[in-house]
Amino acid sequence: MHAHPFMTATAVAALLALSPSMSAAAELNVYTTREPALIAPLLEAFTKSTGTTVKTVFLKDGLAERVVSEGESSPADILMTVDAGNLVDLAERGVTQPVDSDVLTSAVPAQLRDAKGHWFGLSMRGRVLYAAKDLDLTTFHYEDLADPKYKGKVCIRSGQHPYNTALFADYIAHHGASETEAWLSGVKDNLARKAAGGDRDVAKDILGGICDIGIANTYYVGLMTSGKGGEEQAKWVQAIKVVLPTFKNGGTQVNISGAAVAKHAPNKAEAVKLLEYLVSDDAQKIYAEANYEYPVKAGVAADPIIAAFGPLTIDKTPLSEIVGHRKEASALVDKVGFDN
Amino acid sequence: MTEPAVQLENAKRSFGSTAALDDLSLDIPQGDVLSLVGPSGCGKSTLLRVISGVERLDSGHVFLNGRPVDGDGFIEPEARGVGFMFQDYALFPHLSVRDNVLFGLKKRKRADATARAQDLLGRLGIAHLAGRFPHALSGGEQQRVALARALAPEPGIILMDEPFSNLDQGLRQRVRDETLSVLRASGTTVIMVTHDPQEALSAGNRVVLMRKGSIVQAGTPYDLYDRPVDAYAAAFFSALNAVPGFIRGGRVETRVGTFAAPSGLTREGKTTVFIRPDAIHVTTVPGDVQARIRQRVFLGTTENVVLEVEGLDQPLTVATPTRLPVDADMVFFSVLPRKVLIF
Amino acid sequence: MPASSPATGLFRPSGRRWPGCAGLVVLVVSLPFAGLASEALKGSPGLWAHLISSILPVALVDTVILLTGVGLLTATLGTAAAWLVTAYAFPGRRILEWALLLPLAVPTYIIAYAYLDILHPIGPVQGAVRWLLGYESPRQFRLPDIRSMAGCILLLGFVLYPYVYTPTRAMFLTQPGNLIDAARTLGMSRHAAFRRVALPMARPAVAVGVALALMETLNDVGAAEFLGVRTMTVSIYTTWVTRSDLPGASQIALMLLLIVVGLVAFERWARRKQGYAGDTRRSRGMTPVPTGRLKGLLLLSAGLVPVLLGFVAPATYLVTEAWKRYQFAALSPRLLQEAVNTIVIAMLATAVTITLGLLIAYAARLRPATGWFLRLSTLGYAAPSTVVAIGVLIVLGNADRFIDGAALQWLGISTGLVFLGSGAAVVYALTVRFLAISAGGIEAGLSRIPLSLDHAARTLGQSPSGTFRHIHLPLSKTAIAAAALLVFVDCVKELPATLLLRPLNIETFATHLYGEAARGTYEEASIAALAIVAISVLPVIFLSRVGIAGPASSVLARDNDHGEGVRI
Repeated sequence: MHAHPFMTATAVAALLALSPSMSAAAELNVYTTREPALIAPLLEAFTKSTGTTVKTVFLKDGLAERVVSEGESSPADILMTVDAGNLVDLAERGVTQPVDSDVLTSAVPAQLRDAKGHWFGLSMRGRVLYAAKDLDLTTFHYEDLADPKYKGKVCIRSGQHPYNTALFADYIAHHGASETEAWLSGVKDNLARKAAGGDRDVAKDILGGICDIGIANTYYVGLMTSGKGGEEQAKWVQAIKVVLPTFKNGGTQVNISGAAVAKHAPNKAEAVKLLEYLVSDDAQKIYAEANYEYPVKAGVAADPIIAAFGPLTIDKTPLSEIVGHRKEASALVDKVGFDN
Repeated sequence: MTEPAVQLENAKRSFGSTAALDDLSLDIPQGDVLSLVGPSGCGKSTLLRVISGVERLDSGHVFLNGRPVDGDGFIEPEARGVGFMFQDYALFPHLSVRDNVLFGLKKRKRADATARAQDLLGRLGIAHLAGRFPHALSGGEQQRVALARALAPEPGIILMDEPFSNLDQGLRQRVRDETLSVLRASGTTVIMVTHDPQEALSAGNRVVLMRKGSIVQAGTPYDLYDRPVDAYAAAFFSALNAVPGFIRGGRVETRVGTFAAPSGLTREGKTTVFIRPDAIHVTTVPGDVQARIRQRVFLGTTENVVLEVEGLDQPLTVATPTRLPVDADMVFFSVLPRKVLIF
Repeated sequence: MPASSPATGLFRPSGRRWPGCAGLVVLVVSLPFAGLASEALKGSPGLWAHLISSILPVALVDTVILLTGVGLLTATLGTAAAWLVTAYAFPGRRILEWALLLPLAVPTYIIAYAYLDILHPIGPVQGAVRWLLGYESPRQFRLPDIRSMAGCILLLGFVLYPYVYTPTRAMFLTQPGNLIDAARTLGMSRHAAFRRVALPMARPAVAVGVALALMETLNDVGAAEFLGVRTMTVSIYTTWVTRSDLPGASQIALMLLLIVVGLVAFERWARRKQGYAGDTRRSRGMTPVPTGRLKGLLLLSAGLVPVLLGFVAPATYLVTEAWKRYQFAALSPRLLQEAVNTIVIAMLATAVTITLGLLIAYAARLRPATGWFLRLSTLGYAAPSTVVAIGVLIVLGNADRFIDGAALQWLGISTGLVFLGSGAAVVYALTVRFLAISAGGIEAGLSRIPLSLDHAARTLGQSPSGTFRHIHLPLSKTAIAAAALLVFVDCVKELPATLLLRPLNIETFATHLYGEAARGTYEEASIAALAIVAISVLPVIFLSRVGIAGPASSVLARDNDHGEGVRI
């Protein structure tokens, strides 16, 4: 054979160099779909206070698939993701394990965690309205998005994005599937551009005069206003104001970021410690001030930029019910051709 | 007794529905220079490739010096000790002339190999080309490099696939004579494929004529030219005049003369008689049969004269060494009975 | 005569180990698809009813429109550019020749997001237009939004045309110039000669290039996501991610793969009789016609348009953004580590891919009956990266669990995740994806070596492996180098498989870029994006130096039948 021994040896050496060392003192492996920069400050603070080193792998899609594939050999201790649906998925696919911790149950309100302790919400974000600053608008109902007076004035990201399917699922919970379909059709007709891109594009496009209103998450406003996203984004956000919309018969739709302990976690004790740390006042403060999310723990204040939106009335639909309507919502998005 | 250098037994090889070798058997004695001739697609190249081992038989056997190399087992080409010269010479473009010749000598000691290569290049008169690369050589030079390379490992058998076909006519004969004299001198068994009948007759001490994967006739060049086994074999080596005739009582009567039927020919009735152009003697002196000259093609040593003969549908072509008068119109000719071919 | 033709499909004995190993390689690179199939078999109730009623009508039509558009645009741009630099001599032509390759360094997702910004109402272009026309605010005047099918076709076309340009240019270069001369003496103008002689003869090369560009198009998720175009690939994604229906996604993916394979087979079948005999050894290429100064300038500017749009504009944008970011936040120390990771992973994957490509291509030469191995090894290239990644995950996850379990049971130690825990999974996925480029390019290189050289080497005492080492390796090193460069660039640009399969704590430029882009922090991403383009530019320039014409072009159609036509 012509396979050069030298090449083989080099390859093996290089692979070994890439692969993390097999064992170390106290360590913790985190699989996360949250972007590294978002959780880095939290994990650094945790390492500083406990001495446990934390390794992460940032995944986008396929977190569950990867953990399922790895099975009992998985090095994952903590699975961290956004969107209640994703957390429920992890639990349903059997890659999580229940955690019994008074610290966690007392810090996280019951509707923001799994009843059996398979996952815990760690922070909240509202799905809210970005509106052009000069628009005469102080209150808004999600239902209004389909109002023909906004024809050609609405911007939103892909209807299939989990943030949107969660919102639409909540709509189904409030109004039923057929009314939701009609509403989605109406929103689709009002779109100023294709349902694509990200939440920040809503602010950018409002500045660019493409649309007047749009739906996006709360924390982006904090990130853009603070200047952490650079001067340009600070300009974008100046073009908008945030209105906390509500359902006519409910409140503002809220989603969570959260985490679970992996079923085959090699370092379960450390993993629970990390979760408990993440609901501590310190960590919750980081969530609020570094990431501009709403803390889940009572008594920890939101960042002033976020607090300025006014009091948040969380919609009463339980997360579990929203999650239950998620696939239906996704199918409706296809049915009305929301993204076409 | 010594084993034949090459021996094929019931060799069969097909490509799709075409049989390139159709149950072919052949013995080639040591030291023979054998010309393998036939139209393109007759299987002669396949035969070479099978002997060298770059092609494998579907069934049958190949023996080299008595050693089985194809059939029950298979000996790889590199283990057969057979040299091969390709029609396109197949010189390695990235190697110099010297390295091309050294290529087959990798198993020898470096000094021996270099001496051998140097010696060969000298004998073939191309020592001054040793440092050059193939693309900088003329056709004749390339041919000699290819020969040197094939000879270098001192193979007992050397196969040549149309080795001279890429050379100009003038160069061709000289290179051929030189090459074959080198090979004869080394006692190598040579199998040379050609589609040129003249080359086949002049180059080898044996000629094998093939058609559609089978051997039509094998023998000395004289055998094939003078005693072809059938009209196909006869027509292969020169143009033929076909003249209708009638067999009656051991004699064949034709418009151009009456000839003795070959012994063993017992049938009677209509037949065709074949006469080579050089078997007709033509003259202006009144004689056997009269004819009118339709066309003359002067070739130097000989002249082709096309004759119209009363009673024959087709004109006769005659190759004559005698010069006819420039204004000759009516001539007379006679046929040499010994050269008349009747099958 | 068969002995000297490089491509007759004759059975040749010996070298049985090569085909055996090649078979093994093909088996290994096909495994992910078996994994997908097993996943698909789990079934997905109600999927197809939903697909047929809601998704397919739009997604299929959109996919067809996108492919048609990109196909037409790349064919036009690529052929015109190739003709320009081969038929005319004008100042700057030498530079243009390789500059036209540069867009190859820009991944589709990067060009999409760069243009989204450049052409945004608050971006530089529209700002300038407003300033020129005297408008104050974008509310008064706006150009149409780039987020559209037309925008997607344009952007993809301007980065994918080099796939057509390279093989077509090579074809024009090797095309016998005397044919053009003959056409001219028969009274045709130069334009007519192009249309009626050069173009039809270059058709196989154009077809091969377009096929590659279309595969890249099908592969793309990033640009489509940015620009809001719903292709079948996006549907696979949605089914998997939003509806957590992996079996369903696998089913759609396999269906798509089947369609692609069918199209490729059809294309080959349609061209089966299109062989052009021509002794290219004796022919000289076309002689470029010198042009006047004005016309030369005009031609140069025309040739620069695709370079400007496909490379200079996005690259300038990235440089500016990266500079701004650098001043704002300095360079992240992670970048150096990411550079090492990116290059090590890409180099390893390239080494493996090229080694296996050599094996498959040479096995096909030794025994043409194994030529279908070559075809099978292209499957990974026809499948979107995400699909390959899931397949690899399924296969390697099982392997890892098995190894770990066995080690624990027999040796009492846990090996952890041998493949997924190391970079091996990423290297494997990249190999599956890009083996086609390597095997195809090398095979095309080998096909230009007459078979008689093999036979000569064999009868001079070399084994098949020795022949490979002494003859084929030195004679095809250009093709190998070109294939390696192309694979390397593709590995650097690759995102989905790297993202899903890399080990803990390993980031590459592409995953970093994605992490930032997913968060919406494009400015931070611009440094990583610039790094990707920068790493890719060098090989691309080198690629034009080694006198290549995109080894990938032979991936789908090995055009042995038109002689040495596609010079790869």
